[in-house]
Amino acid sequence: MSVNNINSEISDAIVNLDKEKAIDLAKKAVSENLNLVDVIENGFGKGLERIGDLWKEGEFFLPELMVGGNIMQDALNILLPHLKQTGDTFTKGKVVIATIEGDIHSIGKTIVGTMLSANGFEVYDLGADVPIDKIINEALEKEVDIIGVSALLTSTMIGQKKLIEILKEKNLREKFKVILGGAPVTQNWMEDCGADGYAPSAIEAINLVKSLIK
Amino acid sequence: MTIIRPKIKLLDEEHQVEILKEAKDILENQGIFLENQEAIEIFEQNGIARDGNHFSIPADVVDKCLKSAPSKITLYDREGKESMTLQKDQIHYDPGSAAIFILDEKTGEIREAVSKDFALFSKIVGHLDNIEAQSTALVYNDVPKEAQDWHRLYTALSHCYKPIVTGTFRKDSFPIMLEILLTCRLSEDDLARKPLAIFDACPSPPLKWSDLTTQSLIDAARHMIPSEFVSMPLAGASAPVTLIGCITQHCAECLAGIVITQLTKTGAPVIWGGSPAILDMRQGTTPMGAIETMMIDIGDVEMGKYLNLPTHAYMSLSDSKIPDGQAGFEGGMGALLAGLAGVNMISGPGMLDFESTQSIEKLLIDNQIIGMVKRLLKGIIDHGTPFASEILKDYNETEELLSHPSTLNLFKKEFFFPSLIIDRMNRDEWKAQGSKSIRKRAKEEAIKIEKKPYNNPIDESLQKELDKIAFEGMKK
Repeated sequence: MSVNNINSEISDAIVNLDKEKAIDLAKKAVSENLNLVDVIENGFGKGLERIGDLWKEGEFFLPELMVGGNIMQDALNILLPHLKQTGDTFTKGKVVIATIEGDIHSIGKTIVGTMLSANGFEVYDLGADVPIDKIINEALEKEVDIIGVSALLTSTMIGQKKLIEILKEKNLREKFKVILGGAPVTQNWMEDCGADGYAPSAIEAINLVKSLIK
Repeated sequence: MTIIRPKIKLLDEEHQVEILKEAKDILENQGIFLENQEAIEIFEQNGIARDGNHFSIPADVVDKCLKSAPSKITLYDREGKESMTLQKDQIHYDPGSAAIFILDEKTGEIREAVSKDFALFSKIVGHLDNIEAQSTALVYNDVPKEAQDWHRLYTALSHCYKPIVTGTFRKDSFPIMLEILLTCRLSEDDLARKPLAIFDACPSPPLKWSDLTTQSLIDAARHMIPSEFVSMPLAGASAPVTLIGCITQHCAECLAGIVITQLTKTGAPVIWGGSPAILDMRQGTTPMGAIETMMIDIGDVEMGKYLNLPTHAYMSLSDSKIPDGQAGFEGGMGALLAGLAGVNMISGPGMLDFESTQSIEKLLIDNQIIGMVKRLLKGIIDHGTPFASEILKDYNETEELLSHPSTLNLFKKEFFFPSLIIDRMNRDEWKAQGSKSIRKRAKEEAIKIEKKPYNNPIDESLQKELDKIAFEGMKK
């Protein structure tokens, strides 16, 4: 099967939110030794782009975005190990995200994580109620570009500031870009913390990450 | 007499039974997540099986706890005067707690709140006849984060006498807040007999009671302070997308709250409440003004009434950022539906922008809306027969009924008298007065009320006691 044909089938499978088909095609691409970077960008990536267009047109909503993103992740899980072997890279950047310690809200962060993955970023989602040192250790271990921290409570927001202070104390501040999220986070708070940005919505978070990793 | 007290119902008994059964099944088979050490010990002492942090609560424990939860709660004001009873279909409103922004009515700016904003807000609440309770409505940023919860209670009671809906942000704040409440009572017993405050506690959807909120339930129960469960399933995100599924989850989370409080102290007063919402599938936001949000609230409340418990809901809010048309219809529909549903404590007047912002202009408009709702709930009144025929005979003599004795005697009982915030002028008069919008009129009313003396001002010696606690608290 030619790459063009399979790419068009893959793109359709993503837009149709057909997980089974998408995974089958990913396996097929591997077994037929196709150019996997091409398959990822022009097959799966194209499908995701079409989902994004449908979103902009008001045809697709968050559930479709999440399901599409999850299918994309499942496909990448099949394809990426083979990329490592051939020496190609795909990742646009690496991000660790978490909801700060003491705070168990997670849905916004989860949406952001899924959409970042779907957009080709390598995402390490540590979940909710995560201690600061765990976030920092993971960031160091995985050599991420961006640390994203979410807080939904006025009482836990202070953890966002503390994380940045600890990065400074350990002389690690320059190593990472730090972005904040969560309903009570404002521009003022972001500046007060000395963070590199904040996004009031998942879509804006993706754009922010893209702009910070150049 | 009222012929019919208007009511709305969304669930029939068959479904209420089914929802309750399924909620109990969820607690027994999936369990509730607990991380608070004291609660874990209480549950273990009561033989509740655990798997890590998940506790499977058997149905018979739930049933036993439901029996001991009181079906009514009477609240008293700062001075100890009886203020309201939360039971059956008796409705009361409070401004909703913990907004972080104020829509400044003088400048039109939406900004982070400071303490004097909240002091003014509370003073104004004291002047509003249709808002029976106050709340720690604003979180202000000119006190240290560690004091942000208890300091609001201090400010609120200094500026307004009404019973208060509040809550803790930190475990350590409970003792300070208890101390503040005790200044208004003779003893702990007196406070237990005449509660002044309700403590809100929010489980995290789905099916989790966090360390802090569980501690709040336990501490409040021990002191017989009413706890209000504010379960907040997010339909389509952290709860089933179906309204009925969301209501079932809410039921399970509240039943768990009943078990925590009643096992801590039998008979602890609790309010079956919530702040659920749907997820807006376009914006990823949590619209409090969505009709489905209000429907979930009504279903939640019906379950609480089925269980013979006092009820609460966050209704009467808007997602608009300003008091515009959207705020009018969302707030209005919410206030109306809450009244029809018979919600005992309705949190929301004044609130905008997904519960993040308080607006005094909206508060004043909501106060009028509530007046309309209360008039509706009085229903059509039977004043005795004949209803019209005798009066119509009299018309033939006078050719007007304005001066008729029945009009004079009954017009104030039959009609609700809105303030001038609601425009009923003729057009020329409206133009002569400056062609103002309702928001403008509400703003002017706010400025007028600000200049008035306090309604029921606090006694100087009580203020001194409160000041002392606040001072000591800030030192820590």
